[in-house]
Amino acid sequence: MPERLGKQTVALGKDVSILSFSTVAGRKEGEGPLSSYFDTIMEEATWGEKSWEKAESKMQKTVVQNAVDSAGLTLGDINYIFAGDLLNQCIGSSFGLRELGIPFFGLYGACSTMAEGLSLASMLIDGGFAQKTAAVTSSHFCTAERQYRNPLEYGGQRPPTAQWTVTGAGALVLSEGGKGPYVTHITTGKIVDMGVKDANNMGGAMAPAAVSTLEAHFNDTGRSPDFYDLIVTGDLGFVGREIAAELLGNDGYDMSKNYNDCGCMIFERKKQDAHAGGSGCGCSASVLCGYIMKEMMKGTFCNVLFVATGALMSPTTLLQGDSIPSIAHAVAISANSPKS
Amino acid sequence: MKYTNEEYSKYLDKKVPKSPLLKNMLFAFLIGGAICCVGQGFSDFYKTVLGLETEAVKTATSITMIFLGALFTGLNLYDDLAKYAGAGTLVPITGFANSIVSPAMEFKREGYILGLAAKMFTIAGPVLVYGISASIAVGFLYYIAMAVVGGGM
Repeated sequence: MPERLGKQTVALGKDVSILSFSTVAGRKEGEGPLSSYFDTIMEEATWGEKSWEKAESKMQKTVVQNAVDSAGLTLGDINYIFAGDLLNQCIGSSFGLRELGIPFFGLYGACSTMAEGLSLASMLIDGGFAQKTAAVTSSHFCTAERQYRNPLEYGGQRPPTAQWTVTGAGALVLSEGGKGPYVTHITTGKIVDMGVKDANNMGGAMAPAAVSTLEAHFNDTGRSPDFYDLIVTGDLGFVGREIAAELLGNDGYDMSKNYNDCGCMIFERKKQDAHAGGSGCGCSASVLCGYIMKEMMKGTFCNVLFVATGALMSPTTLLQGDSIPSIAHAVAISANSPKS
Repeated sequence: MKYTNEEYSKYLDKKVPKSPLLKNMLFAFLIGGAICCVGQGFSDFYKTVLGLETEAVKTATSITMIFLGALFTGLNLYDDLAKYAGAGTLVPITGFANSIVSPAMEFKREGYILGLAAKMFTIAGPVLVYGISASIAVGFLYYIAMAVVGGGM
């Protein structure tokens, strides 16, 4: 039986295994430090399609198909899929997955979508509503830029706090039973808004949400940061990671040993001109489904806390002068069965 | 975390890396100046070599610079330069060309009417609206001043 811990956390009662995972990444990401962990690297931004939006849909379809294949399953075996992306009306997901015939729940959690989808997909299995589920998300630099900012060829200058939207997608297939890694705890974040209005400093806007969820997770579970081999936030970037670590440190949580951020891991800051690091749904998704899962399978990490962060604003709210509501969802993944 | 929004905002100001102002200004000066030198070169060429009238020289120079701004935008080079130049590529008339051509290129996929044509002025539109408004206002003031003071001004 699942057990509720504190106000925001649930400990899963069943063995919910991550059966398989798959990633696709863009060329810039493919030139970064995590290059060897991506299953597919796109040669160019449209990936043989007529538009960047179509390319993003193809990315989602490809990673889902690959993850299902590598689990030795067929699409018909998947009871539910949770999917989302950054585009208006979540078209990356709905157009990408429309031919797959899997019962579909669309999500919008901005860049926190991977943790949101993984949370819900795990809970469905734990609640007995499904045997096999999947979660997928994506982002694409070009589709995100044109929706949130300026045309690609527009000559603008980026401030040092600006982050680079990752072109990437990741999918996971989950199953009841199996050999792990297991999803063991889920801490669902609350919306946190500290009044930051600068869309060029999303790390600073989202850091308090990550701090809030992490502190809730530690309080609810009674664990301390050193329980984990790796605590990884989604896309706070270099600016937000430092702030989150400092704020947690002020509250007595030592993050100096095992804490990193997917946005800091995916690019080489200076060499790749990434400014404050990577962002986007595809940032945390491709790092989780690439580097983290592959290293867990090798045994490098036993316990990982994955905390994807999202900035829940829109271009309209920014123009109207509103601040940036943020969220972070935490999922604890372990090589050990929760029953053991 | 026990910060209020105001406290967090102050804390954030201290934490955030600042834009390298001096470097940005130097690059803007050098690259913006270089663009203006190219413009001056064309101006001199039209005047001395082709022997155009002063008004025609101004028009021909503007046309040439706008063409070059559009061309370099189309060749995916203008934004690479702008990354370093900042206001150095924004302020000259080439920047105006870039701000019209870049959305036109990008939104062509949504069609020639509601995509390209409708989105073409999303960035330059405000410049046109307030630029033309300002010139009308200045012209109006000039007209009144002339009427009051007379032609001896």
